[in-house]
Amino acid sequence: MSQVAFSDEIAPAQPGQPILRVEGLVKHFPTDRGLLGSDAVVHAVDDVDLEIHPGEVLAVVGESGSGKSTLARCVLRLIDPTAGRVVFEDRDVTALKGRRLGWFRQQVQPVFQDPFGSIDPRWRIGRSIAEALDAFKIGTKANRRERVTELLDRVGLDPSFARRRPHELSGGQRQRVGIAAALAPGPSLIVADEPVSALDVSVQAQVLNLLAELQRDLGLAVLFVAHDLSVVQHISHRTAVMYLGKIVETGPTDRVFRDPRHPYTQALLQSIPYPDPERPLLGAPLTGEIPSPISPPSGCRFRTRCPVAIDRCATDEPEMTLFGTGHTAACHVARAELERSAP
Amino acid sequence: MSDLLTLAHVDVGFATDEGTVSAVSDVSVTVEEGEIFGLVGESGCGKSTLAMALMGLLPRKASVAGSARFGERDLFGLAPEDLRQLRGDRISMIFQDPMTSLDPTFPIGAQVAETITAHRDVSNHAARERALALLKDVGIPEAERRYDEPPHRLSGGMRQRVVIATALANEPSLVLADEPTTALDVTIQSQVLDLLRDLRKRLRTTIVLITHDLGVVAQICDRVGVMYAGQLVEVAPVADIFRTPRHPYTQALLAALPSDEHKPGSLRVIGGRVPNLTAPPPGCRFSTRCPYVMDECAIVPPLAHESDDHLIACWLTEATKQAAHPDHASTGGAA
Repeated sequence: MSQVAFSDEIAPAQPGQPILRVEGLVKHFPTDRGLLGSDAVVHAVDDVDLEIHPGEVLAVVGESGSGKSTLARCVLRLIDPTAGRVVFEDRDVTALKGRRLGWFRQQVQPVFQDPFGSIDPRWRIGRSIAEALDAFKIGTKANRRERVTELLDRVGLDPSFARRRPHELSGGQRQRVGIAAALAPGPSLIVADEPVSALDVSVQAQVLNLLAELQRDLGLAVLFVAHDLSVVQHISHRTAVMYLGKIVETGPTDRVFRDPRHPYTQALLQSIPYPDPERPLLGAPLTGEIPSPISPPSGCRFRTRCPVAIDRCATDEPEMTLFGTGHTAACHVARAELERSAP
Repeated sequence: MSDLLTLAHVDVGFATDEGTVSAVSDVSVTVEEGEIFGLVGESGCGKSTLAMALMGLLPRKASVAGSARFGERDLFGLAPEDLRQLRGDRISMIFQDPMTSLDPTFPIGAQVAETITAHRDVSNHAARERALALLKDVGIPEAERRYDEPPHRLSGGMRQRVVIATALANEPSLVLADEPTTALDVTIQSQVLDLLRDLRKRLRTTIVLITHDLGVVAQICDRVGVMYAGQLVEVAPVADIFRTPRHPYTQALLAALPSDEHKPGSLRVIGGRVPNLTAPPPGCRFSTRCPYVMDECAIVPPLAHESDDHLIACWLTEATKQAAHPDHASTGGAA
């Protein structure tokens, strides 16, 4: 997707090389109907471009069906994209095999909403974390216990937790163990898919603090996938907003929240129920619901719910337009406004 | 405004192999006619258990004590048959997952109509007309066509609208809504909140909204009750809860909310963890995590008036709080 600049601020948002580039990523899933001979597919992710720089937290937000989790799974190479590339440190991830793939799995680690989905419920916590070290042949058998203690300490858990079993832990403690396991192989990028959405507010605060602290201390890059906008606003440097498989807006988090340009981003922000009775919602900004990703609308995918859609939105897909340093949005109406105001 | 529902000294316990879990402890509160009363707290605080107790929907191993006066009747003293008559008629409930209340195979319109004919002596035709009007009322587009569709053809937001239509079918005086928007996307949530607000205005239905989401509470409730580990710790008008929270737990909960005003890594946290409710601490159950804990906290503080409409269950006064100057009130502690 090309970028059209109308502003003279075309300096890159972040200096240096990105650690991860997602280029023209497409992921289609066959539908049940596809088995019967039709070629209907679910357009989960369609032509998505992204960059994450070292030490940066990039949030991807969107509602159900936006494709944000599919994007995360492609980045982790849990699934292969239909088209496009995921490039990690200049290597095409889809083409990696053998030792190179092992290196990638060590460098890019997931944190999931339920960290224990992939952990043996009968094992003691220490063994599960040691397993993560074993898998990547990190350290010797002798110093592995020491390393487990270090990792537990790093995530704020007492060494005695190594001897506990998963069912003895609270939700917050489980997520700490999940983070410890992710840190075990010494990754440079963490892909966190809704890491705090199952947690109570007071526990969520602890895990968010931990993630922020680790990110800063270890210089980690984080791809943070979430639906909760107040969490995203709190923790991320940059935000990408997805709707029905497309990124509709991306930019520095404070810009996107303060000066959203895409009508969908604007509606999303107007829907946040702030915990402040003096900041009331002004009524639901959107009617209708997200259309089926099997047959997404032509042109701009948001047009069927967009309060400012024009004829052109049904025929032409809007290109990403630059609205400021690192701030882009794909909207004909916003772009026309920008053109009018430009000298 | 008159009192619609008055709870007095409500206890709910569950017998388990490890002993009795004290899920709700000595809760007394009054819900006024026509208000949206928010019952808020984290997992395990007893808010949903309390609603289930009112509806008589708890499993048999649960023991309920105290009273719940609804009009002239005590809900806890009603025969099961009388309570069944009341449910879906004078009192109805909305759950987080609409499929808890909907039959997956049965047309949505017929499900609403059935709620009407179960409690009212009306013709099938009249019930159908009323059900259709209700579906339109809650914003189901093309309600005539959708009437005969099963729930699985509808989105989550539309299903929740059908549940709301069913809950309102017999114009109940009380609706208990347990996390009604928690499973919905934020743009759909704001539509459903609009709908609840609008229904309250038009029908003067009293709503008890049970939720963990302080944003939803701030947006829609008139008064709020905050629960912690089975105890009701604070009750106040919504503006006071957010502007001048008095109970240390309410204060800590509000301070833990993520916002752009806090730098990443600097959110306030509550140290320690929720007590085991088979052996809760004596007295105030928040005392094991409270930065202001004193000797008195070993005795249960009564829910007492701070002002006309602001009640807290805490021995602390502003004076003792100033004197305490706790140094462990900020960050630290494991989940």
